[in-house]
Amino acid sequence: MSNKQGRGTSVESGAALTGTSSKKKATLNRRKFLGDTLKTACGAGLLGLGMGTYSRQVESTPAWVIRPPGALPEPDFSGACIRCGLCVRDCPYDMLRLAELGEPVALGTPYFIARDKPCEMCEDIPCAAVCPTNALSHELDNIDDARMGLAVLIDQEECIAFQGLRCEVCFNVCPLQGDAITIEMQHNRRSGKHAMFIPVVHSDACTGCGKCEKACILEEAAIKVLPMELAKGLVGEHYRFGWKQKKVAGKSLVTPDVEHQYNLPEGVTYDYNKGGLSLPPESQSDETPYSSNPLDSLKRLQNQESK
Amino acid sequence: MTANTISSTKEKQVPGQQAIDKKGWLRAHKWLILRRISQLSLLALFLTGPLLGVWIIKGSMASSLTLDVIPLSDPYVMLQALMSGNLPTQAGLIGVIIILVFYLLVGGRVYCSWMCPINMVTDAAAWMRRKLGLKVSSQFSRSSRYWLLGLTLILPPLTGAIVWELFNPVSLMFRGIIFGMGWAWMVIIAIFLFDLFISQRGWCGHLCPVGAFYSLLGVKSLLRVSAANRDQCDDCNDCFVVCPEPKVIRPALKGADKGISPLIDEMNCTNCGRCIDICDENVFNFTKR
Ligand code: SF4
Ligand code: SF4
Ligand code: SF4
Ligand code: SF4
Repeated sequence: MSNKQGRGTSVESGAALTGTSSKKKATLNRRKFLGDTLKTACGAGLLGLGMGTYSRQVESTPAWVIRPPGALPEPDFSGACIRCGLCVRDCPYDMLRLAELGEPVALGTPYFIARDKPCEMCEDIPCAAVCPTNALSHELDNIDDARMGLAVLIDQEECIAFQGLRCEVCFNVCPLQGDAITIEMQHNRRSGKHAMFIPVVHSDACTGCGKCEKACILEEAAIKVLPMELAKGLVGEHYRFGWKQKKVAGKSLVTPDVEHQYNLPEGVTYDYNKGGLSLPPESQSDETPYSSNPLDSLKRLQNQESK
Repeated sequence: MTANTISSTKEKQVPGQQAIDKKGWLRAHKWLILRRISQLSLLALFLTGPLLGVWIIKGSMASSLTLDVIPLSDPYVMLQALMSGNLPTQAGLIGVIIILVFYLLVGGRVYCSWMCPINMVTDAAAWMRRKLGLKVSSQFSRSSRYWLLGLTLILPPLTGAIVWELFNPVSLMFRGIIFGMGWAWMVIIAIFLFDLFISQRGWCGHLCPVGAFYSLLGVKSLLRVSAANRDQCDDCNDCFVVCPEPKVIRPALKGADKGISPLIDEMNCTNCGRCIDICDENVFNFTKR
């Protein structure tokens, strides 16, 4: 703006001298102006290219970074969050932080590390309520619906439940105990006698709060909250599971619905859930044609001969 | 031309020495001191919470809550969020409106000289430049900032992200002081060195898109500096030396015979009041349009 004014005055004073020189000066000025503008425009363009490329890179947030509840999915989040830090301030547990320069998280955006301080799942979700941009969505009105990530019992070699020890700490700290984590019993093949009490996370209830990861008693947590897109698989849309379809339809969609049969002797059945192999009742007597004492067999032979 | 010859005959060493001699140090730095108080107390208000547990304002310059009721939001960063497709919440919108009205009245670049923490850094670089007598400065257009402003508004719809906030030294420094610096010092030092050795008033005067955005809010502001007593001007040139946007002074100060009003009617005047301080002839004052 001020540039133009400056040029204007110089042309005016030029005009006071001679007409021709002023014209020359004007074209020179115009040329210089165009050149300068082009230079600046090119500079800005190059800069924009660099900044844009860099911003794409920054979007790939590391897996240990968890956004506060209600956070929009990643690309949208960095377009909405204005890095004000209000969510950080309104968290009563002071567990959120803003990414500082040098951290591998988009500068100034809020996140937390579950193993340091997990989300306590406040009922009124103050962090989201104060967000001025909906980067933390105000549509989230029940903290149990938050999906900050998904807990995964990622190391089944180190988790001591898989050694047959009773731990269940993650299960016990889970705010949605019984829904988000359940304990499933499995046979302990090592001892042959015991059960293993295995924590199992269910994605339909887990909020990703990270309390389980925080509480895991190992040096390095065996259960970790991962970003949804890392933790979840997705079955092809064309898959249809027969038993589910049958439930929906009320009848089998495959005709005829033949029950599976094992090729077993008359009267013998097999059902894993009912104790495996079962023999017909008459064969279940303890009688066998042979005695455990070999002498008995010998005697019986002699008796037969003497007859 | 004449200004230069006259000023050299005045045998002065430091710009502003005459003002100090005539008005005393304090009055020759009045507006500067008030501005520093403003900039520092803004930071202090945000810091009482985390440091002392007394919550007056929380958040940061991007968006804040005063006493848990008054929302304030930076219209520039909100505009970038809007450009990437995100509507502010109601509180966010109210915050933007309050800030917009404020700067439309007092002048957009009051943000720069009275609020922005980077201004203390670039002012320090300019002061040092004068002290060291550094003259070399790489030249580029003062309009570069408007190109950058355009860029920061075009990138959000293209990338879906508020790209500028990955770089913005203003929020970097402000947030850094309140929430933790990380490596932000590097950027602040870089800006200082850039202004000191590479380009005079390079950052705030040529590049910063934040200042560019706020300048647009100041086109018709009520509060202005005026060269009301311009006939008293003795051409010492001091105001040109200390002004962060020297180009804005000339029309008002020297335009009497062209019929230009003494009002500094330039959106890039930051209303810093340094010209008022430095002038020993009391040429300038704050006035309303
Ligand atoms: S729900 Fe509560 S504990 Fe969790 S991030 Fe929000 S404010 Fe903090
Ligand atoms: S309150 Fe919202 S906009 Fe502010 S830092 Fe948190 S997520 Fe970002
Ligand atoms: S992250 Fe862990 S503690 Fe939190 S809901 Fe999920 S399973 Fe429970
Ligand atoms: S130009 Fe930019 S960095 Fe300088 S004072 Fe203004 S907003 Fe701050």
